[in-house]
Amino acid sequence: MIIPYFIIIPLLAAFLITLIAGEKDDWAIILSIIAVISLLILSLFSYITMHTETLSYYMSSWKIPVGIVLVQDALTSFMLVLVSIISLTSLIFSISYVRNLSGDWKYYSLFMLLVAGMNGVIITGDLFNLFVFVEISIFAAYALVAYGGKAEEFEASFKYAVMGSVSSTIVLLGIAVTYSATSTLTLAKIGEQLPSINSSIKLWIGGLFVAGFGLKAAAMPFHAWLPDAHSSAPAPISAMLSGILIKILGMYVLVRIFFNIFDAPQFFLNIFLIIGSISMIAGVFLAVGQWDFKRLLAYHSISQMGYIFLGFGLSTTLGILGGVFHLLNHALFKSLLFYNAGAVETVTGTRDLRKLGNLTRIIPTTSNTSMIASLAISGIPPFNGFFSKLIIIIAAIEANQPVYALIAVIGSILTLASFMKVQRYGFRSEKKADVNGKSIDWKMNFAMITLAVLCVATSLMIIPGIREIALDPVVDVLQNRTLYIQLVMGK
Amino acid sequence: MNKEPGMTLIVKTVTRISVWLIILYGFYIIFHGHLTPGGGFGGGVIIALALLNVLLAYGKDFTRKWLNIKLLENFESSSITLFLIVGIIGMAVGGSFLFNFIDKGTLFNMLSSGTILPLNIIIGIKVAMSLFLVVLALAAYNFDKGDEQ
Repeated sequence: MIIPYFIIIPLLAAFLITLIAGEKDDWAIILSIIAVISLLILSLFSYITMHTETLSYYMSSWKIPVGIVLVQDALTSFMLVLVSIISLTSLIFSISYVRNLSGDWKYYSLFMLLVAGMNGVIITGDLFNLFVFVEISIFAAYALVAYGGKAEEFEASFKYAVMGSVSSTIVLLGIAVTYSATSTLTLAKIGEQLPSINSSIKLWIGGLFVAGFGLKAAAMPFHAWLPDAHSSAPAPISAMLSGILIKILGMYVLVRIFFNIFDAPQFFLNIFLIIGSISMIAGVFLAVGQWDFKRLLAYHSISQMGYIFLGFGLSTTLGILGGVFHLLNHALFKSLLFYNAGAVETVTGTRDLRKLGNLTRIIPTTSNTSMIASLAISGIPPFNGFFSKLIIIIAAIEANQPVYALIAVIGSILTLASFMKVQRYGFRSEKKADVNGKSIDWKMNFAMITLAVLCVATSLMIIPGIREIALDPVVDVLQNRTLYIQLVMGK
Repeated sequence: MNKEPGMTLIVKTVTRISVWLIILYGFYIIFHGHLTPGGGFGGGVIIALALLNVLLAYGKDFTRKWLNIKLLENFESSSITLFLIVGIIGMAVGGSFLFNFIDKGTLFNMLSSGTILPLNIIIGIKVAMSLFLVVLALAAYNFDKGDEQ
């Protein structure tokens, strides 16, 4: 059984690094790269070979009502592959970027803890265990946001810590209510018990979870921490946070709880739709006005999360497909854009778009990959963002919700506008930018090119033959809602 | 008034005597984790508090000299590695993570209940070292205002 290795490998790497790394970061880099590559191989293996099965793993062989169960199905394998890809490229990008900051092994140890926490959240089948893993990853994230050690970074990290603690308290309250109502913490068993409990308690539990995990997903009324935290963090960490952390801790958990356990009640799906459309529009309106490159990207994360909320909120087969596909695509192009911002910051020392100029000559790879990512996020045809947004919009029209489709189209147009601004001012204007002599090495370029290629390659996933293998099993997990409960409980 | 860092002579003398008693009590809680209330976490916190007593009474400079901080840091990170290794041995022997591979013994004996006792000791070391080192790091931190951009 390979399921527990998804947690053991990054955790072991994190603590071995603290043991064997001396003053320098060489051993830390080698160990963490080995760990993440083995995670990528394991997750790809499980995604390719086990995409239609649901496997349960009992920790220390205690059966369900007593012990903790780890569950692997198509959705978890899909998310694990996503985490592994983004963490591998972020790690490769980090090597020289972090050497510019401090050259410390602590970064890699915290990074592996972040990965361990996210893998744990994805793979666990126990509500309280999920909470513990959420805390592991989010505490690593607090430390990593403040890694640069400047005053504004500490401020952003503190703000993030306060908001994160508020959301964790709400989630913990939700877990307490769930436990008192159902007398169990195993997700599948909760799902079995839920139909028999009072519907007002169900509303309480759902409301607490929407608020708690919605805060971690940075959906619009709960978004205040995200622009500060994501723009102050080191660039590869911004990519991790924006690319996968808000999706795993927020979106994945919400989807798992509300679709597989709660059987997707219409009341909460409507909340998803409303939250999603508000985030889409307000996020992009806030983004257009920004001049700080990374802050602009951070606001776009809120807006793009809105699309994912909208896709899942429609809860038709097409809507879920769009949500899952956009989740993958957004992780790829948003991480790439943060790498671009990090590379620009390394070369010019600034993130202010007004101070940047003709960067295409100085850093051609960064400039060209940022063009690909900008086109992908704005939804221009051959790139992946176009197809996922198209699916979501078609799904909204098919579900008789033309208003949401219209909002999605408007959001997409404004996204295009703000990324034209990035390209026009940041990379392709006549002005000459100041450069400080630092260059982008092959490792950073490799990370950016890999994601740029994936941005184009994942658009192939829409071709029916590939879609049936790659995305449809994931959609099936969310579509056949109560099947999860039956499979995990072994009936 | 004495010029030395830390608190008064009375506090120092009491601390000198009581710190070992507190550590002993912490070990008692850890080693009886599988028999009585308490266990690795509670005992570890008690040990950490004993060390923090020294930090409060004698000041941070004395504590840094008295204890080998690097060794404590290594204890901290090796304990969690040991925990994972115990878990992996369980996988190798019984097929699942943290499977109990030591004989369970007779109920209420000191050496009983399989892997729970070693795991309690590992957790005790981890919690004691982490908690103490966190407070020591906070004490060592210089609170300057930070640059105003």
